[in-house]
Amino acid sequence: MTWDWNAVSEFLPRLWDGVLLTLQALVLGSLIAFALGLVWALAQRSSLKAVSWPVTAVTEFIRNTPLLVQLFFLYFVMPEWGITLTALAAGVVGLGLHYSTYTAEVYRAGIDGVPAGQWEACTALSLPRSRTWSAVILPQAIRRVVPALGNYIIAMLKDSPMIAIIGALEMLGQARQFSAETFQPTEPITVIGVVFILIAYPASLLMRALERRLVR
Amino acid sequence: MTDLTWGLWELLLKGLWLTVQLTVFSALLGAAVAFVVGVARTHRLRSVRVVSGAYMEIFRGTSALVLMFWIFFVLPVGFGWQLMPMWAAILALGLSYGAYGSEIVRGAIAAVAPAQQEAGIALSFSPWQRLTKIVLPQAWPEMIPPANNLLIELLKGTALVSIMGVADITFGASLVRNATGQSAPVYTIILVMYFVLAFTLTRGMRVLERHAKAGIGQAPAAKSGGLRRTARVPRQAEAPRDVPTTGGAS
Repeated sequence: MTWDWNAVSEFLPRLWDGVLLTLQALVLGSLIAFALGLVWALAQRSSLKAVSWPVTAVTEFIRNTPLLVQLFFLYFVMPEWGITLTALAAGVVGLGLHYSTYTAEVYRAGIDGVPAGQWEACTALSLPRSRTWSAVILPQAIRRVVPALGNYIIAMLKDSPMIAIIGALEMLGQARQFSAETFQPTEPITVIGVVFILIAYPASLLMRALERRLVR
Repeated sequence: MTDLTWGLWELLLKGLWLTVQLTVFSALLGAAVAFVVGVARTHRLRSVRVVSGAYMEIFRGTSALVLMFWIFFVLPVGFGWQLMPMWAAILALGLSYGAYGSEIVRGAIAAVAPAQQEAGIALSFSPWQRLTKIVLPQAWPEMIPPANNLLIELLKGTALVSIMGVADITFGASLVRNATGQSAPVYTIILVMYFVLAFTLTRGMRVLERHAKAGIGQAPAAKSGGLRRTARVPRQAEAPRDVPTTGGAS
């Protein structure tokens, strides 16, 4: 086992670029996942079978198939259909779409958890449907699921190296490039492994603290 | 679709078989790791709890793909251990998904009523007897639904090994893609293959759950819902339970 600190210091500037790109993919991916997940959750509750059934089928399909293959699909198949995405764009869309099917379940559990009395009160006050959702149900449902959503951001962080495989230079991508140029895989790969823990562990502690505060 | 000759189909089917093998072997390794670490986290010695907790946090904290790269590229260079790609893949998947599984085992053990443990102590069972004869048989059915979700995650995780040149479904797909020059048919086919595998796993685990619950005299879980239940538990403390877990959930 040889450990070369020079290689580590040479890798650091690239690591920083990689961290930035990872975080960028993560922020954009989470935005897509949170927005789209809510759309799926509401569509699955629709009383129209023509809406709820296909949405349920599609989300089940996306959730039960590997993200890596979905990324390949987005990156290699979409150009054949005339939509060319950059590696980062395909990665962000892939991460967002994949995780939206998880956040949909989180929202669903949150909405189901709103006590029936709240719905009845809305009916009693004859609130319109839009007000019922926007002012009564969703604020209570979302507050309760914030920690669970946060946990999916952490999960997404750990799946984000997959976008390196289609060519985005996030942390793993930078490490692969560095080790291909210098033939020193030990240092960069170990360093990014540690960086993942350094980001994920405090984040998961934060989520546990949030859970104690918000979910009572 | 017309370009897919029998030879290319054979590639995909061989890949399918390898994916099944990978899933089974890494699930076995993962289950072993999960039980050992999960039980160790309830050990009475603090040092054992700290070590097993550190294992769990480290392997859950890092990405499975990075761990796989580490085992494939750093172990041979740094330590001179070159594993067969297939076994390296199983090791990486088993170790990281085992860390997630340990949390399931620990949670299920913690959910067994403390009075059961105390009864075991009162009857002067040894700690090992308490674990194997009282706690685990009751904790086991609780573990199956979350273990099912984790198994699906593991199945999806096996796609990563294609990057390392292990000839699984995804690897076969990239060969077919290169041979035919078309991506859409082959990637659609393998997505369907993965979905069918996941569906089969879920069905199998449902059967297992019914058997396990019957074994300790519990009725199979009535599909959640029903007014009475929501009325009794208005705050929905169990909301996250039927949410599928993934990589870093909780």
